[in-house]
Amino acid sequence: MPQAALLEERHEQIHRTGTAPCEIACDKESLAGAVSQRACLFCGSRVVLYPIADALHLVHGPIGCAVYTWDIRGALSSGPELHRLSFSTDLKEREVIFGGEKKLKAALLELIARHAPKAAFVYSTCIVGIIGDDLEAVCRGVEAETGIPVIPVQSEGFKGNKRAGYHAACRAMARLVGTGDTSGISPHSINILGDFNLAGEIWLVRDYFKRMGIEVVANITGDGRVDDLRRAHGAALNVVQCSGSTMELAKIMAESYGTPSLRVSYFGIEDMAASLYSVAAFFKDPAMMERTRQVVRTEIATIMPELKRYQDELAGKKAAIYVGGAFKAFSLVKAFRLLGMSVAMVGSQTGTKEDYQELAEICDPGTIIVDDANPLELTSFLEEKSVDIFVGGVKERPIAYKLGVGFCDHNHERKECLAGFAGMLNFAREVHASVMSPVWRLAPRPARPTD
Amino acid sequence: MSSNPPKYLSTTNACKLCAPLGASLAFKGVAGAVPFLHGSQGCATYMRRYLISHFNEPIDIASSALGEKNAIFGGGPNLKLGLTNVIKKYHPELIGVATTCLTETIGDDVARFLAEYIREVNDPTLLPRIVRVSTPSYSGTHMEGFHAAVTALIAALAEGGEANGIVTLLPGLVSPADLRHLKEIMAEFGLDSVLLPDYSDTMDGQAASRYEKIPTGGTTLEQIRSTGAGRAVIEFGRTLGESPSGGTVLKTRFGLARHRLGMPIGIRESDAFLALLAELSGRPSLPASLQAERGRLIDSLIDGHKYLFGKRAVVYGEEDLVVGLTAFLSEIGVRPVLCASGGRSGHLQAAVSAVSEGFLPEAPLVREDTDFFEIAEEATALAPDLIIGHSKGYHLARRLNIPLIRLGFPIHDRLGGQRLLHLGHRGAQRLFDEIVNTVISRQQERSPVGYSYM
Repeated sequence: MPQAALLEERHEQIHRTGTAPCEIACDKESLAGAVSQRACLFCGSRVVLYPIADALHLVHGPIGCAVYTWDIRGALSSGPELHRLSFSTDLKEREVIFGGEKKLKAALLELIARHAPKAAFVYSTCIVGIIGDDLEAVCRGVEAETGIPVIPVQSEGFKGNKRAGYHAACRAMARLVGTGDTSGISPHSINILGDFNLAGEIWLVRDYFKRMGIEVVANITGDGRVDDLRRAHGAALNVVQCSGSTMELAKIMAESYGTPSLRVSYFGIEDMAASLYSVAAFFKDPAMMERTRQVVRTEIATIMPELKRYQDELAGKKAAIYVGGAFKAFSLVKAFRLLGMSVAMVGSQTGTKEDYQELAEICDPGTIIVDDANPLELTSFLEEKSVDIFVGGVKERPIAYKLGVGFCDHNHERKECLAGFAGMLNFAREVHASVMSPVWRLAPRPARPTD
Repeated sequence: MSSNPPKYLSTTNACKLCAPLGASLAFKGVAGAVPFLHGSQGCATYMRRYLISHFNEPIDIASSALGEKNAIFGGGPNLKLGLTNVIKKYHPELIGVATTCLTETIGDDVARFLAEYIREVNDPTLLPRIVRVSTPSYSGTHMEGFHAAVTALIAALAEGGEANGIVTLLPGLVSPADLRHLKEIMAEFGLDSVLLPDYSDTMDGQAASRYEKIPTGGTTLEQIRSTGAGRAVIEFGRTLGESPSGGTVLKTRFGLARHRLGMPIGIRESDAFLALLAELSGRPSLPASLQAERGRLIDSLIDGHKYLFGKRAVVYGEEDLVVGLTAFLSEIGVRPVLCASGGRSGHLQAAVSAVSEGFLPEAPLVREDTDFFEIAEEATALAPDLIIGHSKGYHLARRLNIPLIRLGFPIHDRLGGQRLLHLGHRGAQRLFDEIVNTVISRQQERSPVGYSYM
């Protein structure tokens, strides 16, 4: 029955655990006409660079790309909030025909004079490559004229998927890294990569590291600052979260500066604690390890009494997960397990083959694993598995609600802090609030085993 | 008198969206239709996300998902593959293909691709109708895209024939609640009418036990076909100007009487609309229920007039919405001090003057082709009491510490944008109650006494 919702070309991007080894084909371009939940290369770049709060983010192109990304993300700043404005060269027919370089230069000069940013990122959109604007040259010229770094981001939407956009963003940031003074940085220092400070999450994580005795040099990119990025190569370690949004930068920094990196996740008690321990282990300092244990003990003791109540009520409920990156999906599977819930479907927009194999290993038999899904597939999976809650982003929300299924927003637009130990409690609260709501009793959803 | 040109070269916090979004929304108002964007995958996804946050409905917009090779060698193969996949999965009655800046710039000949596609299939009679519209993001706003899609639907589907007496209503971008109300009004007059587009069900659906791939509702293809043999067409929009419109197609190709009215917001613009319907239906007066609604509205305006007199408002949004709101605000004693839009029809200034003349002590400042940076600059100097428009004015309202009356599209920071009623006397009643109560509530909050009566 669910097969009916599947297009032939999509079969190799869907796997059911326990049937055969997981050989998901991924990192493919989205299939035409399949209504992918993915965005484009531009989106990937914009997501990663967006939280750098004292930079000017100028979208070079017609208005659409800038206006759809205006202040839609929950990345907070403790200081400047330039990132929350939407800047566009707003190209019109004229520039499409005669070229947009002149307008771009004038727009950059106008905006840099107005806002005095620490740097400017210039995002190219689909048509920029086609009309042949030389972004590098314009940026070089404006950089010379204004004295701030002006960095082109090669983010034409059609040139690849979101993951390719991450790489473009990382290459853009790499142009800043290594240009600042690194004196005075502690040997026990890290950069936090791949946390975007949604609802203040990086502040929570920074606090854990501070209590462990670790200096954070640069937030990359949540609550990020240009000057911090410039001296990021002075940190002893790159601590990298997320399925690859900033892996490329870690790779570049390893090659250029020999900075080692660790992969972590801040979602769920297990992964959060493991992350802190792995960072402490890196520094080989017994006192730091003891402080880390103390942090973990204190934090867990704080959240457990309330968490226990949710565990009691949520035990046995079923969840489905569809998120941007597969790395987050691992943590969510574990977080649901901690709540006593099972996961019947898990997918992502940008996972790699290795990600999916690892997912298949940690999931229960019969779990559906899917890469780059679309509304009809998601609908058929949710109906087949009759889950109690679906975790995804804004585009997945109405799908869940139409099927009478609870929903938790775990995307970049969320306003709830879901990272760290406190975040696990917020996550449990949100799942609980949606699953246990009385509205489902009134909704005409099909009979469900758990009702 | 023309409006001032924009002061700045760059756009900050745009007060407009792009053309394919408007086209997608219009296609969502056709029964059994799937909107399809010919471009890169991101466009469809971004627009879905933007629309979903307002309507809270699943909104499937397909994409030809062009990659780098397609941009070089042409998007034809992807367009065709995409159509095939949409047909296989959704079984649509119509696919609305809108272009994007990418495919317009690489020069894809969509008309040719579609003709080839239809030739290449075994049995073209099994294909859904495919209607295409050219909507590059660098040309016009979401409103141009919306109107272009409506025009394309009529141009492609309307048929002449034996006169059927139908009155076609092309309302432009209004809310599902507005669409429902318009249908109710047409029925009250006993008019046989076609409303295009009609996303009152598809974008404001019900909870159901089965998931519908394409939500039920919308103007049927049969209805669109029938418009060509109709009697008249009414289109809302004082700023439509000479650009192509559905009404113009019906007028020039089928000889229908075309009536252009302002969006019926407030008393006079609603009166004009109802008077036209009375004329078309041959009734000497308004139906009793509508007459009563109007009477109650005027009664309430009198009850509340003192709270609003002289209040200063900043109004922004789509040009025709701004014109309608200006007409209404002028009637209730509120002074629109700034009327702003990201649109650039060139007709905003004249339309604002036409609807407010005689009702305002001085003409409002009009800004077209503007953005929220400029709106904020002007607003700060104008010291308004109220901001009236969609959710994107919230930052400004917050900064100025004055209330935002949310209406139009998008409503991203409140529930129920799709249920906001703006049109007709009933819409004016709702707007009036909200505006006057917002002012009263502000006075109450600031009062050291805190009266619990008025």
